[in-house]
Amino acid sequence: MSETPASQQTLEPLVELLGVEKAFGTQKVLRGVDLKLFESETLVVIGRSGSGKSVTIKHVVGLEAPDRGQVLVFGRDMAKLSRKERDQARLRMGYLFQSSALLNWMTIEENVELPLLEHRADLSASERRQLVAEKLKLVEMEAAAGKYPGQISGGMKKRAALARAIVLGPRIILYDEPTSGLDPVIARTIDEVIANTGKTLKASQVVVTHDMDSAYRVGHRIAMLYEGRIIASGTPEEIKSTNHPVVQQFITGSPHGPITDGLLAQNKH
Amino acid sequence: MIRWITQTGEFISRASEGAGFGLALLARTSLLVGTLIRWHYRAALFRQLFICGITTIPVVMVVSVFTGMILALNGGITLAKLGQEALIGQIVTISMTREMGPFMTALILAASVGSAMAAELGTMKVSEEIDALEIMAIEPARFLVLPRLIAMAIMTPVLTVYTSLVGILGAAVVSSSQYGVSYLRFKTEALNALTNKDMYTGLLKAFIFGIVIAVVGCSQGLRTSGGAIGVGLATRRAVVISYLLIIILGYYVTFIFFRIEW
Ligand SMILES: Nc1ncnc2c1ncn2[C@@H]1O[C@H](COP(=O)(O)OP(=O)(O)OP(=O)(O)O)[C@@H](O)[C@H]1O
Ligand SMILES: [Mg+2]
Repeated sequence: MSETPASQQTLEPLVELLGVEKAFGTQKVLRGVDLKLFESETLVVIGRSGSGKSVTIKHVVGLEAPDRGQVLVFGRDMAKLSRKERDQARLRMGYLFQSSALLNWMTIEENVELPLLEHRADLSASERRQLVAEKLKLVEMEAAAGKYPGQISGGMKKRAALARAIVLGPRIILYDEPTSGLDPVIARTIDEVIANTGKTLKASQVVVTHDMDSAYRVGHRIAMLYEGRIIASGTPEEIKSTNHPVVQQFITGSPHGPITDGLLAQNKH
Repeated sequence: MIRWITQTGEFISRASEGAGFGLALLARTSLLVGTLIRWHYRAALFRQLFICGITTIPVVMVVSVFTGMILALNGGITLAKLGQEALIGQIVTISMTREMGPFMTALILAASVGSAMAAELGTMKVSEEIDALEIMAIEPARFLVLPRLIAMAIMTPVLTVYTSLVGILGAAVVSSSQYGVSYLRFKTEALNALTNKDMYTGLLKAFIFGIVIAVVGCSQGLRTSGGAIGVGLATRRAVVISYLLIIILGYYVTFIFFRIEW
């Protein structure tokens, strides 16, 4: 159903979720998610708040483990990796947290430098600083480099965290709502950063968002998560012109449609 | 009744789960001691040494000087009846170095530094910072727990020496002003009573307490869930569990060294 180029179809996906199910207590969040991420593509996952988008991408980096189903990253089952192998896989992945998750006692600069300090012993201090400055410039955060996370706004934290996520030059980058809480100008800048990062690093990316503007701009493919499953996926054009009623309602943001009807029905019981 | 039994059961299973987590964390962290050579860990270690060893000095000083004064005042009442007030120096010195020094230091550190560890790591946990470290392949045990553990293992004994000295000085002042024992006499008695064994068991206790406080504080922090309420609970648990372990372990160390014939 997806419109990925034929050359990619023959390739092994970098990330593959197979029938992933996940429940927290009695609440079933994922009910069989199937998702593939191919080389050099940017996949956007859309879905309502609380639909399990964050939980889905946390499976990719191994922060959550599926109750049932498999998560294959670089062709290997995350659940079966040793700690060392998992860390090696994680070094080739970048992850932007929805909550930014910067370390509070370090400056923005130090936060971005941390992965380099930790994993690039081959770099000199000045090389490290240069890389950090480069990434901070990319997200327009040079001016706040010396500030602490507590001293900057939510949107600035998000951009700093984005710089941290890409500083090691990862193959796979996962962005959890990169543009939420940003003003429209900065949001478009971030879209550009994502698009460029995909090109220059040849990274494969997953972008979780409810921002449809952003989704159309950065996505090669868009997938919608609804009630624990991927109910539709395709190119931005296909998604725009879809006649799937749930997707329709979501992308147009209409208050009337199957999503809200479902809720009303639930509330009546 | 049945509810009471299930609750007790749940409490025991939760406690042993916590103990298991704490011990595993201790084991894992000990394995990583060698990695401290990396410079950015040394910076973190110095920061923790400062927090544990320097910022706590004022409160340690007040508590220890008054502990010594209380011991002298109380001991003096009985000893003076027997005309033996000169022995205050002996009693205070032994109880400070063997028991009260490590004990008071540990309680202060558990309440101040240990609780802060739980709150800090707990906040990091609920704001996904611990997850962020994991994803960057930076092990929290090494990055966060190790500097705290080492700082506590070093600084608790150091502060204990300080506590004991200050406490004994306080006692000397009280026995001179209240019971007319000269400082020279106090010093002679104090040195007479003091044995190497008292000192090293005291320091060993302090060392053990330091490790207990750091491991309990950090493991409670890392096990936090459920937002600000969770952080509050973790902090509270860290202090309560540390206090209990300090008292219980303190008894057994004394027992092992002073009641068992080696
Ligand atoms: N660790 C957890 N423990 C319990 N429940 C959880 C946990 N993580 C997520 N959930 C639940 O799973 C559901 C999906 O959460 P998730 O964070 O993935 O939503 P989301 O699609 O990212 O929403 P949003 O757009 O608001 O970020 C929510 O109902 C949430 O309460
Ligand atoms: Mg989310």
